[in-house]
Amino acid sequence: MAHSDEMDQVVSSLLDRAVVDGVESKRLQAMRETARAHFVERGIPPIEEEDWRFTNLGALRELSLHPAGHPQAGSISPNVLQRLPLSTIPGNRLVFLNGYFIRRLSSIVEEDGVQALSLAEALSKHSALCERYLGHAVQSHETPFAALNTALFKDGAFLHISAGKTVREPLHLVFLSTEEDTEQTHYPRNLIVVEGGAHVTLTESYHGAGASSGLTCSATELIVGEGARVEHVKVQDENESRFHLGAVAVQMARESQVRVHSLALGAKLSRTTIYAGLVGQGVECLLNGLYIPRNSQLADHFTIVDNAAPHGISHEYFNGILAGQSRGVFHGRIIVRPGAQKTDAKQTNKNLLLSDTATIDTKPQLEIYADDVKCTHGTTVGQLNPESLFYMRARGLPLEMARHLLIVAFAEEILNRIRNEDIRGALSEVISKRLGSDAEVRYD
Amino acid sequence: MTEPILKIRGLKAGVVDRSILNGIDLTIFPGETHALMGPNGSGKSTLAAVLAGREGYEVTDGEVWYAGKNLLELDPEDRAKEGLFLAFQYPVEIPGVNSTYFLKAAYNELRKYRGEPELDAADFLNFVKARVKLLELDESLLRRPVNEGFSGGEKKRNEIFQMAVLEPKLAILDETDSGLDIDALKIVANGVCKLRNAHNAQLVITHYQRLLNYIVPDRVHVLSEGRIVQSGDKELAMELEERGYDWLTKEAATA
Repeated sequence: MAHSDEMDQVVSSLLDRAVVDGVESKRLQAMRETARAHFVERGIPPIEEEDWRFTNLGALRELSLHPAGHPQAGSISPNVLQRLPLSTIPGNRLVFLNGYFIRRLSSIVEEDGVQALSLAEALSKHSALCERYLGHAVQSHETPFAALNTALFKDGAFLHISAGKTVREPLHLVFLSTEEDTEQTHYPRNLIVVEGGAHVTLTESYHGAGASSGLTCSATELIVGEGARVEHVKVQDENESRFHLGAVAVQMARESQVRVHSLALGAKLSRTTIYAGLVGQGVECLLNGLYIPRNSQLADHFTIVDNAAPHGISHEYFNGILAGQSRGVFHGRIIVRPGAQKTDAKQTNKNLLLSDTATIDTKPQLEIYADDVKCTHGTTVGQLNPESLFYMRARGLPLEMARHLLIVAFAEEILNRIRNEDIRGALSEVISKRLGSDAEVRYD
Repeated sequence: MTEPILKIRGLKAGVVDRSILNGIDLTIFPGETHALMGPNGSGKSTLAAVLAGREGYEVTDGEVWYAGKNLLELDPEDRAKEGLFLAFQYPVEIPGVNSTYFLKAAYNELRKYRGEPELDAADFLNFVKARVKLLELDESLLRRPVNEGFSGGEKKRNEIFQMAVLEPKLAILDETDSGLDIDALKIVANGVCKLRNAHNAQLVITHYQRLLNYIVPDRVHVLSEGRIVQSGDKELAMELEERGYDWLTKEAATA
C-alpha cells in the first residue's frame, strides 16, 4: 500500500543514519532491520484489525514519525520537575527530555549492584548485557509500535540490578517533552535487567511539560531473573494533545514475582500494551491498572498474559473511570500454552461511567491449550450507586462530596495494590484531585 | 407554646403510578417519642423515605414543617444538617470509603452548617471512641469501610452509633429492630434511650411491639393504606401485639 512506501522511506532513512553513526553492533542493526520490515509490512493498524477495532489511529497518519532531535540545553526549566506528581518520592532519578537522557536534570547516587545509566551509553559500556537482553521481552508481532520503537530508538534507560541485591529506594525514570509547542515524536527505549533474587521498585512516568503535540512511542523491557521481585509503576500523564503508544514487556524467570501497575491519566489517545511472558515455573504476576479519561480522551489498555510454564499465577485488575465524551478500551488476552498446567489466571475489568456520553469497550480473550488450568474473567460497567449517594447525603454530605468519595474509592481499589507507600500516597493525592473536578462537573 | 419539631399536614405521596400515602397528619413535639406501626405495605417506610428526601417519590399534596422550615423544599443533605436523621432499614455498604473518614466528613458538615469550627482527625477520633462504647461496638469497625462486611446486627448498631455521633434533633428509626436478636435489640434500644432528651424527638417505625418495651413511646400510631387509622398511648401497641392489625384495618375500611 502507498502508506507503506511512505513509512518505509521514513524508517529506512533513519536506519541509514544509524549505520553511518557506526556505533551499533551487527546484532542491533539486524534487529532494527527486522523490526523495520515488520512495521513497514503492517503499517499503522487500521480499525479493521481486530486488535485495533476500538482505537482509531487515523490521526496518527498526519504526524511525522521522525524522532525528535536531541533537545537544546535549557529547553526545560528544572522547576518543572519539582511539580511532577512523583517528585517528592526519594530514590534515584533518570530524567529524559524528548526521549534523551539529560544528566544535569538527573540524580544518581552510585550504589553497589545497581547500574543506572542511559541506554545510549550502555550500548557501548555494557554491550554484552545489551546484546544478551535487548529485544528479548518485546514481541514484535503483538506490538507493532514496539517494533517501530526497536527500529528507531536512540536512547532511554538502562538499569541493571545484580543478583541478590535489594534496592531500598525506588528508581525513577522520568520522561518529559519540551515546553515548545511543536509536534514531536519520541522513542524512548528502556532495558531493565533484574538478576536472580534481586528486589527493586521502579517508576516510569511520562509527562507533557507544555502543549507539545506529537507521539510518544515507548518500549520498556523488563527481564526478571529467578526468584526476583519487581514492582513497576508506569504513569502516563502526557498532555491532552499528545498520543502515547507505550509497551511494557516483561519476561519472568522461575519463581519470580512481578507487579506491574499502569495508570493512564493523560494524552489525547493512549494505548498501553503490557506483555507478560510467564516463562519460568511458579511465577506470580500482577497487572493492575487504572484509566481515568475525560473530555474526548481515549485510554486503551491491551494486556497479554502468556503462560508458558506450569504453576503460573496471574491476576489482572483494571478499573476505568470515564467522564465527558471519553472512551476507554480494555483488551485482556490470556494465553495458556500446552504444558502450562496448573495455571491460575484471573482477570477483572470494572468501569464507572460518569456521563451518558462516555463509552467503554472491553474484551477478554482466552486462548487455552492446556487442560488443567483455572482461568476466570469478569467485566462490569456501571454508574455511581444511587443508594450509596443517598445514604451519604442523608448523613449530611453534599452530593458532589458523596460522588467524589465514591469515585475515589473506585480508584483506590487499584492504587491500594501499590506496595510502595510513598508512591501510592503521591499517586493517590494526584488522582483524587483530578477526579475531584469530574465530580463537580456532574453536580446537577 | 413549644414549637413542634415535626408537623405533617395532609401528606399524600407515592411513586410514579401508585399513591402510597393518602393523607398523613402527624405532629411531634420536642422530648417526645412516637411509634409508627402497621402491616406490611401500609406506607411506613415510604413516609420515612419522603421525610429523608429519597429520590423517586412524588409528593402530590400536603405539607411537612420541620423545626419551622418547609422540609420538602430541602435537599437530603440539608435535612441532615438541620438535624434530621434516618436510621436506614437496609444500611448501604460503601466499599473503599473508610467509616471514620465518612463520619468525620458528616460531622464536620454539620458543624460548618452551624458555624462551628471543624474537628481535626485526632479530636474526632477521641470523640467517636466514646460513642462506639455506647453501642458496644468493636472499635475496629472505625477502620473498616462503611458497613462493608458488617453482619446485619452490626449494620443496625452502626446506624445508631452514627446517630450518637451526629446527635439529631429528629431521629427516624426505620425498622431498626428487624433482624436483631434480643441482646442486640437491647443494646440498640439502650443507645437510643440514652440519646433522648427534652430537645429532641424520635419516630420509631416498627412491626412489632417488642422494641417498644425498651424504647417506651409517648404516642403510638397505626398506619393502614397510607393513613393513620388509630393513635393512642403505649397500651395501643400492647393491644396490637395481642389482636394483630386486622380489627383496625377493617374498621378503617368500613369507616
